[in-house]
Amino acid sequence: MSTSLITKNDINRPITIVISALGGQGGGVLTNWLVSLAEQQGYFAQSTSVPGVAQRTGATIYYLEMFPKSAVKDNGTPPIMALMPLSGDVDLVVAAELMEAGRAVQRQFVTPNKTTLVASTHRVFSIAEKMAMGDGTGDSETVLRAAEEAAQNFIAFDMESLAAETGCVISSILFGAIAGAGVLPFGRESFEEAIRAEGKMVDINLKGFAAGFAAAESPYQEEIALPPVAGEITGNPNGPEAQARIDRINRLPDAAREFAYAGAQKLLDYQDLDYVDDYLDTLEEIAAQDQAPFDLSRELARYLALWMAFDDTIKVADIKTRSERVRKYRAEVRAKDDQIVNMVEFMHPRLEEIVGSLPIGLARRVEKSPLLTRLFEKFTGPRLMDTTKLSSFLMLYFMASLRRIRRKTLRFHQEHAAIDGWLDRVRRALSQDNALAVELVRCQRLIKGYGDTHERGMRNFNAIMSVFDQSGGKLQAARVSVLRDAALADEEGETLKKELAA
Amino acid sequence: MAERSFAKEVKKLRHGAGEVFHGEGILAVTKGLLQSGVAYVGGYQGAPVSHLMDVLADSQEILSELGVHFEANGSEATAAAMLSASISYPLRGAVTWKSTVGTNVASDALSNLASAGVIGGTVIIIGEDYGEGASIMQERSHAFAMKSQMWLINPRPNLPKMVDMLEKSFQLSEASNTPLFFQMRIRACHLHGQFETKDNLKPAFTVRDALENPIREADKIILPPFTFLQEKQKIEKRWPAAVDFIKEHNLNELFDGPEKDIGIIFEGGLYNVVIRALQMLGLADSLGDTQIPLYVMNVTYPLIDDQLVVFAQDKKAILMVEEGQPNYIEQSLNKIFNDANLTCKISGKDVLPVSGEYTGQVMKDGLKNFLAKYRPDLVKFDELDASVSALADLKISADALDKAIPARPPGLCTGCPERPFFSAIKMLEKDYGEIHISADIGCNSFGTLPPFQIGNTIMGYGLGAASSSAFSSVRGKRAISIMGDGGFWHNGLTSGIGSAVYNNSDNVFIIVDNGYAAATGGQYIPSSAKSLKEDERKARIQEAVQGVGVKWVRTINSYDIADVKALVHEAMTSHFIGPKVIVIEGECMLNRQRREKPIKAQNIKSGKREIKERFYVESETCTGDHACIRLSGCPSLTIKPNPDVLREDPVAYVDNSCVGCGVCGENSHAAVLCPSFSRAELIFNPTGWDKFKHGLRQSVIGYLQKRADRQRGRISL
Repeated sequence: MSTSLITKNDINRPITIVISALGGQGGGVLTNWLVSLAEQQGYFAQSTSVPGVAQRTGATIYYLEMFPKSAVKDNGTPPIMALMPLSGDVDLVVAAELMEAGRAVQRQFVTPNKTTLVASTHRVFSIAEKMAMGDGTGDSETVLRAAEEAAQNFIAFDMESLAAETGCVISSILFGAIAGAGVLPFGRESFEEAIRAEGKMVDINLKGFAAGFAAAESPYQEEIALPPVAGEITGNPNGPEAQARIDRINRLPDAAREFAYAGAQKLLDYQDLDYVDDYLDTLEEIAAQDQAPFDLSRELARYLALWMAFDDTIKVADIKTRSERVRKYRAEVRAKDDQIVNMVEFMHPRLEEIVGSLPIGLARRVEKSPLLTRLFEKFTGPRLMDTTKLSSFLMLYFMASLRRIRRKTLRFHQEHAAIDGWLDRVRRALSQDNALAVELVRCQRLIKGYGDTHERGMRNFNAIMSVFDQSGGKLQAARVSVLRDAALADEEGETLKKELAA
Repeated sequence: MAERSFAKEVKKLRHGAGEVFHGEGILAVTKGLLQSGVAYVGGYQGAPVSHLMDVLADSQEILSELGVHFEANGSEATAAAMLSASISYPLRGAVTWKSTVGTNVASDALSNLASAGVIGGTVIIIGEDYGEGASIMQERSHAFAMKSQMWLINPRPNLPKMVDMLEKSFQLSEASNTPLFFQMRIRACHLHGQFETKDNLKPAFTVRDALENPIREADKIILPPFTFLQEKQKIEKRWPAAVDFIKEHNLNELFDGPEKDIGIIFEGGLYNVVIRALQMLGLADSLGDTQIPLYVMNVTYPLIDDQLVVFAQDKKAILMVEEGQPNYIEQSLNKIFNDANLTCKISGKDVLPVSGEYTGQVMKDGLKNFLAKYRPDLVKFDELDASVSALADLKISADALDKAIPARPPGLCTGCPERPFFSAIKMLEKDYGEIHISADIGCNSFGTLPPFQIGNTIMGYGLGAASSSAFSSVRGKRAISIMGDGGFWHNGLTSGIGSAVYNNSDNVFIIVDNGYAAATGGQYIPSSAKSLKEDERKARIQEAVQGVGVKWVRTINSYDIADVKALVHEAMTSHFIGPKVIVIEGECMLNRQRREKPIKAQNIKSGKREIKERFYVESETCTGDHACIRLSGCPSLTIKPNPDVLREDPVAYVDNSCVGCGVCGENSHAAVLCPSFSRAELIFNPTGWDKFKHGLRQSVIGYLQKRADRQRGRISL
């Protein structure tokens, strides 16, 4: 904890405060509290703001200055206060979101010799981060490290979660954290008095204030990343059959076990124990040819499981009818314990999906017969299905029960043909270059989603595979990685096209 | 029903003599108007003076008590034309708008007003949107003041000074028979401060007095031979009268200091930042007492030549601080000093940046450059250097930090009715390839940003329709014009639609009717459902369009994405030759929520059955491609870490701010997205029938779910 600002050598400087908040975070309320606090405590206070179309997802920057009346003649003549912050001249920066804290550091409002930075570590993602085809999120870790270095004092915690727990808005947590930081020359009671004076939702704001105050007393601690899980998997087997699979997993290289266990669980949930065995057979075969640090085994454990648990209608129907799903759903939409909640699903089955879940013989016949095609088309198209109603529920429940015949379906056949093609390439690559095999395995990441998304992913995946096929053993692992990033760069496939031509 | 209500704050406008007013700059200015005995006020909203219009709208009661006429003008041109009431009557009038865009719109009326001259004090409060976060092109209003010979007031940004200068502005306008601009920057508008109030004044002469005793002065009309006489009067009478008044009342201020061989001249609005820069170099104290003499132009046009000469005559150099370009004042100073045979050097854009905002840092650096040239001995320390230079030693480089922080462009609000329309266009572009689209000012401008990136040009408010004119006769792939309802009424009906009818344009025109001037805070417009005074729409867009002769016009609900897509497709491919107009309706969600939320909450409290809707994304079926987000961009449709340890890409997620507008579901159907979207309908105060049905269904569903759970539980790993 730092000393109070009022004891600074240069009494002639005002206390300067920058607040950065997004729309709906209550930056204006926070500013009003601070102004009223300062005025009550015998300070001149001035605030202003530049709303960066805050309502429309931008950030608003508020700027405040405070100056003790006792420092001027007769407590009368007000000092000249600035309307905007100067780089290197801010005592307190308050950021209601992590990247906004980063931006304050970027703009040099946070300096090691004078700035206390109070920031919430939660993220409100920007559109660029959200619309990426893979993971486009900003680098929180770098921002946290930069903030910690740049600030004289760094107080940071997840205020959004604390606000949700407390049932208040983030601004009251921030106000508490400012008080708890102990950098303003005012006592805790006078902060609380400012909340009372404002007179809006006083009790809940005081509760939030107290929570923020307490949280700010413990300094920011960098989270230490846990070392990768190593050693034996104990799991939760309920019988000798299950234990046997756990033992198989434990015979795999250490690096692969965590994913192999998660993969086995996923496939058991998706199909059955035999399917888990198919998975482990492949893993064991490849692992035997792998070498330390066993990246290939680890990555294959991940991507093979994901592919084998491909998203067919059976899987979707199964997920949507589970009791566990209802519990999660109700919690997320904040339903009260006995509240009736209708759950209306937006489904858009296409003929391919319906036909794909038929046994292969029947499916082929449907594909050939215009009459049967027309019949099955009746089940396609956009539809709303309320899974709390019997008709929809029973239909999905039936679809989920088709799991028993999944191995016989057209889709299963198609997916496994593709998986086999992929594994063959991995085996061939492995005989040349382990790193290349790893990169080929990672390309599975491109295959995801449903409908157009799935087709696009498959197209990109196949494009990269054919580069391998035509390379005559000369493909570099790094090249595959570049192509994969290109495939994720844009929806239209422009970047990949350019990269393939390069 | 504007975004922000000033109902509580406007009570402060009743403060009488000797009371202390606490509040925002915009309210202080309103109080200044009332203290000046203004007879009529008006304007057009636009940041940063939108709130001034909101304050005026919320103070109707006080205004009518004082006999002040208020009007929410249809455009800035309307507002400027309204000022003609002060040409022949001693009526004090004030209007406001955003500059320079609003000034451009008003320019025809303003030129005529400035030529005729006024006898009632006439003040135009212009909100300047210059610098950080500006949403318009960066030009100077100064140029307009010079060419039309109107005065430009740019007061020091503190509340007592702003109010005092506003009162003086009316007097100056009357003393010189000239309308003037009162310039306020965005931070001054939002500035919280205090000042001592005076009593409000009823207008000495009212609009009623004028109507009862009409005066016609032929020589005030802009026709020969009077036009040239007015021009002569501007130069020979009004200008000198203004200079005399400015001198006599000391509107510009001199702050002397001991270092008399140099000085700083600057626009009043820059006072605080100049003082702070001096403070950082140890050349001024906290009260603003300065080592270097300062000449503060609270009036930046006209210049007071002899004051400037007196200020500079014993100096070897002065620094002219003037924001934006061209540097009109600096150029004038050269002429003035030259005529007076001064040897004083003029620094300005040589030590300060030519363009861009003069922030504290920029100002301090510029001042340091100036001193380095003429008085290096005065640079003894720099408060900021120590702070900022320490940052160079950080382990994480500025570049690394830049890479880590994503940009945060603005976008459409949660549940916005314009989003589904842009989604539909984006889906259409998948079929057509890109389309040439003329966009407009307003919320719909955000369609040009990610994730939609729709719109090739923005030419001005209400000019979306007119902007596609060059492409109107090509028979083939048609161009689309987009306008908001605000822009449509502002001028789009005539400049765009009327002109398209006349020229038999073959383009497609889309008017987005969200019910308000939503981007500026939800002000009413002619087609708003609730106008300022009556409970019904005064005008309908479809009827207005038909009224100017459009034969092909359809109105559609924006949230029906598949239908919107089909209708736009129809317009794009129709054999009909002539303008095709589509009105897309959907009320601004912010306004709708403001209206409906309290009613819903009240109903739930009082035991009435209510359904609240919101969306939900299934994390387990979401595969992290985010196609839904690329089609939507809704703030409440966001991402979270993938709960599946095997998957790397974050999953889509609907946060609790969702208002259940339905776009997510419509998009997932129309674009055949994934089966992850679900609409939760939370029932409050269910009826007995609700409970009975639910119980019955649950008994079957619960049984089957338990059975499935048991089967799954047989083996676990």
